[in-house]
Order: sequence, then structure tokens, then C-alpha cells
Amino acid sequence: MSILGTRVLRTEDPRFLTTGGVYTEDVVDDRLAGACHVFFVRSPLAHARINGIDVSATLSAPGVIAAYSGADLADLPAIPPMMSGLINAEMTRRLLAIDKVRYVGEPVAVVVTEHPYQGEDAIELVAIDYDPMPPVLGFELPADAPLLFEAAGTNVAGELGNESSLQPDLFDGCEVVVSRTIVNQRVAPAPMETRAAAAAWSTDGRLTAWIPNQGAQGTRAELAELLGLDQSQVRVITPDVGGAFGAKFGADPEHAVVAWVARRLGRPARWTETRYENLISMTHGRGQQHTITIGGSRDGDVRAYRLQIIQDAGSYPRIGAILPYLTIMMTTGPYDIPRAEAIAKSVVTTTTPVGAYRGAGRPEATAAIERAMDLFAAEIGVDPAQVRRKNLLPAFAQPHRTAFGALYDTGDYVAGLDKALEAAGYAQLRKEQADRRASRDVRQLGIGLSSYVEITGMGDGPESPPTENASVEVHPDGTATILTGTSPHGQGHATAWAMLASDELGIPVEKITLKWGDTDLIPEGGGTGGSRSLQQGGAAVQQASRELLEVARERAAASLEANQADLVFDRTRSAFAVAGDPEASVPLSDLAAAERLVVRTVFSAPGATFPFGTHVAVVEVDTETGKPTLLRMITVDDAGVVLNPLLAEGQRHGGIAQGAAQAFVEEVVYDADGNPLTASFADYPFLSATEVPSFELAEMQTPTTYNPLGVKGIGEAGTIGATPAVQNAVIDAVAHLGVRHIDMPATSRRVWQALREAAALSGSEDT
Amino acid sequence: MTRIELTVNGEQRSAEVEPRLLLVHYLRETCGLRAANVGCDTTSCGACTVLLNDVSVKSCTVLAVQAAGMSVTTAEGLAPDGELHPVAAAFRQNHGLQCGFCTPGMVMAAVSLLAENPHPTEEEVREGLEGNFCRCTGYHNIVASVLDAADVLDPGGTRAAGVSA
Repeated sequence: MSILGTRVLRTEDPRFLTTGGVYTEDVVDDRLAGACHVFFVRSPLAHARINGIDVSATLSAPGVIAAYSGADLADLPAIPPMMSGLINAEMTRRLLAIDKVRYVGEPVAVVVTEHPYQGEDAIELVAIDYDPMPPVLGFELPADAPLLFEAAGTNVAGELGNESSLQPDLFDGCEVVVSRTIVNQRVAPAPMETRAAAAAWSTDGRLTAWIPNQGAQGTRAELAELLGLDQSQVRVITPDVGGAFGAKFGADPEHAVVAWVARRLGRPARWTETRYENLISMTHGRGQQHTITIGGSRDGDVRAYRLQIIQDAGSYPRIGAILPYLTIMMTTGPYDIPRAEAIAKSVVTTTTPVGAYRGAGRPEATAAIERAMDLFAAEIGVDPAQVRRKNLLPAFAQPHRTAFGALYDTGDYVAGLDKALEAAGYAQLRKEQADRRASRDVRQLGIGLSSYVEITGMGDGPESPPTENASVEVHPDGTATILTGTSPHGQGHATAWAMLASDELGIPVEKITLKWGDTDLIPEGGGTGGSRSLQQGGAAVQQASRELLEVARERAAASLEANQADLVFDRTRSAFAVAGDPEASVPLSDLAAAERLVVRTVFSAPGATFPFGTHVAVVEVDTETGKPTLLRMITVDDAGVVLNPLLAEGQRHGGIAQGAAQAFVEEVVYDADGNPLTASFADYPFLSATEVPSFELAEMQTPTTYNPLGVKGIGEAGTIGATPAVQNAVIDAVAHLGVRHIDMPATSRRVWQALREAAALSGSEDT
Repeated sequence: MTRIELTVNGEQRSAEVEPRLLLVHYLRETCGLRAANVGCDTTSCGACTVLLNDVSVKSCTVLAVQAAGMSVTTAEGLAPDGELHPVAAAFRQNHGLQCGFCTPGMVMAAVSLLAENPHPTEEEVREGLEGNFCRCTGYHNIVASVLDAADVLDPGGTRAAGVSA
């Protein structure tokens, strides 16, 4: 019986549960012996000119080895914005700011010390003379806003379409049109492990860098570029990674500075950021304003939809600046809407740069259309489940091309909705809600829905086939080693990839070792992100295992003096045997003893896959205090075939919680001067165990044909579905009191305010 | 510098430490016990949780000198022979960990919680772990792990009546 589809416990767990993982800060290595410690001096101002930097007082502080500012690194190239074809190429940055700072937290100088505590003291002694400038904040920047980049001549980083490209007659013929401007707020990825680096140079001028990341190969490429090196001069090693969520892709300026310091001093260097630094200087996520307009018939037929996006890219355009590209691709989600259009603009502001965060562009699209569906349903007075069912694309077996260029591989969205409603007991929930409304219960019940489809495992573009490599080797002692270009940071690749190889090779899971994240060992790879690992990296492992068996079959035939066609592979013994003569057999391990038995392969998928599902959130709102409580989360997340339910459920749980966290708890806040007000875990309302319930997962598996495993991505689905479901539920709880919308996070204060405003509008005191 | 004597995972230790040295840094740098992690600067996240005289503390908020004369247990100390402690085993069985960074602290907090309340309800587990953050699991399987561990540690016991787990 196949091991695939079973709840295999994680092979990686015992060491995490005893000695703990070996994260970058934990790495003990001869090459790092005697390492110095790097500390960053960061801008305390959102926007300012730098008149001068004086490190002299620092240099005489205890333990200080050196201090550097941007001028010392001026020979390194300016860093172009990511995707410079789409983004204004003048929006460049330096590893350490030179003339100007553009956000609170921007690195301006570094101090290097013998011991970490000395560095914390010494950075206080760096004197920097700033000339403050007005901050630039928000989505709709005034025309006279100061420019972050004078050379760019604009604060617009890039545009996808513009207002003049909108169709004036899009909503013609619609009986009902609803429009609203809403905010998908900025949040902090906040992995439990902050950023870190360790760097050592060998005598031949080659850099070895230990960096927590989501793909060593991409990190090597970026690190080499930041340092003006050839990639062959850089080796990146990925230790255990304590969570990433999109924010640990590639290399950041700080990583390059640590490497630069190590070269300059001729001594290894280390850095681990504090949580304060992490919250103001690791990229943030989301940060979009949406103007949504939806139109249709009074009986619930949606005929037209428009999405206008403004992306707050933060100060230096990174991946966040082009996230609207993905948002636009998923504009209409799972719905069949005859006329739809979307435009986007990315602006730079004097805030922390925005990057990828769990879902990266797609949760924003889902949040927009799911809010629009509820606004439309409320306007026409039809149950939101009915409106969704009426407008979902019917089940399709052949790929479906949307007006925005996405090619949905397989899907049955109505079945997903119905399954979720059934699991939730939807009719009963509506009845309970009606009872509470009728009795004017202080605690009102809200039921929120979100039907979604998302894109996973995308290649470089919609038409670029995504690929991933793997190699599998069987050893003479009967064990096996897998090399993968993907990069785990909690997902359980070591177990899942071993299951795939075990299923083919008949070698027990516990005898299979997975290696990743060393660019000398594995020079190519796409890393882990965009929910791509299993469908491409896993498929590559299966393919490599099968190819290895073909190589082994040839050798076994020679060894057994039999025809290849007469050989059968006996998985129970991990051996080839002659059909009808099980005594005439040779195990893979013997073949490996005679000659190295290893295959490397590249799996290429025809395209991205599109998981889908429906989430139902049940929320109770105290109408006197506004406090929302999440009572239940019921989800259908169809990501095709499930390899290991234990791992897939874990991905869903974590995603659901992060979605719920954005919906009613978390937000990065700046004051009017651009000071971050959420720069510690005492201020950033990181979701705790008390704020969520246990989750109710319903199963549905619609295979894809894009890989032999039939799997799609599951890493981000939970977040994509849960965010609007919880937000819609909070609003639904107070909808009968006249509330149509509450921006995320729907905190007690915001709900209370919305209730007050609704009461004022209706002229009633009785809410 | 101040000389301290304390017990770490059953072993007597003596060290000269800076008065400001945090216990977590003493454990990680001086003792080489790196299971406890530092996840924040504000005593919020609990990744550094260890037992001090069998009660969970956040070791980023205890000075090493405060631990003088006391007994410290870290995640490493739960498994002296490499065998998983029942609570740790329950975390594995229930997939109560993903990236692992919060895990040593979470397990220590759970050990302390179960010592105090051998049969907590789900709500009591959630309240008890409120000071330990996890970004990966959504807490679902962590809560399941702790409830499961309670049953394993004391199979005969019962939870408080009237509240389902």
C-alpha cells in the first residue's frame, strides 16, 4: 500500500523538540570562529537629509572595532528597484543611506564590536546631523507632496493602466451599482526568527554567507549583485529558518553590509536583528487601497466589476511595488463576471518598504471581490451565499482563461461553497442570527463568507513554465539522499520529499535524508514561496526517483543476466527481481555499491495551478463595546491531491490564523510624522492563542493535471480565504444596525465607531 | 563581574557574569544550550521560556544573577537521553510545530502549565499559552498537543466539568 496520502509524522521533529533547530544565530562553525558583531544605526526620522555623520565617539567605546557609514561603501553600486522595467529606475537605494533617509529604520551606519552587548551600547554614540523633511504618507498623495527621489520626478513608482483606460460604460445596464473605497492595511510578516546573517571570506576571496532565507540560490544572486560580485564568488548556506512568510526571499541590504564588514576587517562577522529592528526594517506586507465598484441585477446577477488599486510600496520599491500585477490577475476571483477591469498605481512613501507576505497580491484581490460581493448582496437584500452561488464559475474540466490572463487549471467552485456551507450548518447559523437580532441580543452573531481561487506555483510569468530540480541518490548502506532546489522553513519538506522517494524506491522514510540550501551543493533552485514546493519540487523528486529506477533496472538486468522487460521492482525489498523467480534479485543498495546510483532531473510544469475553496467565519460582536470574538472557522481548501494530511492541515491552520489576524487584530501603524507606532511585540498586536478557536476543516480534492501528483499549492490558501471571511463576518454581525463596511483590522474600537456612526445616520439612539 | 552558582539541567555550574547578562544569553552563549530562542525585546513572545525551579519564566527577562542558587531546566534538559519527553512527543504526534523557533519555549510553557493544571480545558490551554507566540501553526495543533499530553501524563484524570475540550 502506498505511503502517499497518509499522516506520516515529521522526521524533522525530534531535533526541534530536544536540542532545538539550528538557526543562523545558532550556527557554530570553524569559519565563524572569532566573529565580530555588527550593529546598525537606523534613521529615527521618516524623511531627512543627512548633513553629517560622526563616529569618533563610538570608536573609543569599549569593544568597538570599527564604525562605517554610507560613504565607506560608496564604491558599491546603487541598488536598482526590483523589476526595473515596470518601476521607475531612478528609485535606487544604497546599502547604507548616503544623502537622505526615507523611512524610520533605514540603516545609516554600522558599528562593529567584539561582543553583542557592546554594540548595543556603542550605536548610541554615533552622532548624525539630520535636516528633517516632511513625511510622505498614505495612498492618495497630494500633488505637491515632497519627492522621495528627486531624480525620479514623481512619487509614482509604476502604473498598470490608468484612469483614462477605464471604460465609461462598464456599468451600463446594471440595475444596482455599489462603490466603496476600502483599505487592505499594512501588516508585519513577523516570523518568529528575525533576520540574521553570518559571513566569512576564504583566502581565495570567496564569501560564505549563512542567511535565513526562502531560497539559497535566489539569495546568492541578490547578495552577489548587492556586493558587485560574480555569483561564483558567493556561497549561501541556509540554516534552519524560523518562519519566513514571503519576507525572507532574496537578500536585504543588511545582509550585504555584514558581508562587506567581514571582508573589510578580514574577520568573520555576525548580525542578528532585534524585534524592534525587524518590525521597522524587514519588509511589510499588503498596504493597498481599493476602490471597488460592482454592478448587476436586483436578483443577484453580477454583470460588471471594477477594481482600482493604489499600492503603498514604502520607501524603496521592492516586490511590493509590483504586487498589484498579481492582484489584477486575480481580479474576478472564482466568479463569472461578463465585464471587469482593473488598474493599479504604486506610490512610494516614507515608510518601510513593502514586500511579499503570505499570499502576496492574491489575498488583496480576494479581499476586494469578497467585500464587493457582500456590499452588492446587502444592497439588493439577498443572502450572500446565494449571490456567490449565482455568480461562481460552473465546474470546468478544461482550463478556463479569464479576462485577466489567468488560466485556471481545474475547479468546482460551487461544490466548494456548498461543502463549506454544509459543514458550517449555514441555515442553522442564519436562524440563530435572526433570533439574536429579533431579541436585540447584546451579542450579535455574524456569518462571513469568502469564496476564493488563487494562483500557486507561478513561473517567471503567466506563460513561463515553472520548473524545479531534484536529485536522488541511493547509497550502498540502503539509505538515500535527496537534494532539492526548494527550501523548507516549517512546511515539512524533509518528510514529504522522503515519502515521495520512499513510495518509488521502497526505502523507508527514516532512511532518506533531504538536503537543501547550500549553493555549492545545489547550484540551482527556485526556493519555497508562492505555494510552489510540492507541485514542482515534490514532482521533481518523484520524477528523479522514477528515472533512478530506470537506470537501476538497466544495471540490474546486466547484474542478473536477465532482460529488462523480465524484471519487476519489489518495493518491499527495494530490489529488482526476475519475474517468477524472486530469488534472482538485486537490491538498489548493491547496485549503488557497484557504481554510484544517482539521478538529477528537472521537472517542468505546463503552468501555475489554481487552488480554491470557501471559508465560513462565525463571529460574535458585543454591540456595547464593539468587541468581536471569532467563534468558528469552517474551511474548504481544495488544493488537489493531498500528500500528507497532517502537513496540509498544518499549512491551512497557520494560514487561517494569519488571515484572521489581519482581519481583526494586526496592523502596522505610523503617526502623522511617519513614526512607526507598532515597533515592538508590546505594540504590534501579534495574534495569540486566545484570539482564535480551533478550526474546522472540510476536505475536498480536485486534482490538477499539471503534475503527476495531482497537487496544487496549500501554503497561502488559508490566509487568502480567511481574511475576508472574518472581516465579512464582523460586518455581518452588525449589518442589521446599518453598518455596511468596516476596514481591517475590525478592532473593537472600529466596530464601536461604526455602530455609533450608523446610529447617528439613522437618528436612533437604540443600538 | 559577579560569580554565580546554579544548576542547569541537573548539572552544577559556576560562572563569572556581567550583572546585566540575561539568563537567556547565559544559557545560549556560556552554556551552549541554544534551544531557547530570543524572539522579541519586550517579554512578549515566549520563545525563550525555560523553567526556573520548575516554574516557567521568560529567560530574556531574568538576569543570570537572579538565577543564582536556583535550578534551570531548558528544552535540552527535558530529554537527557535523547528520548522525547511526553509533552514533546505529543507535539510531534499532533504536528504541533512547524518552523520550530517557538517550539522549545512553547513546550516548556506547556510542561509548566500541565504541572499547575494537569487537565486543562481547551480554553485554559489557550489562556495558559497566551504569552507564547507562534506564527506557523495558528495554535490549533499546539492546543491539541497540550490536551493530548495531559491525557498521556495522567490518563485517569478528568477536565473541569461543563467545558468541552
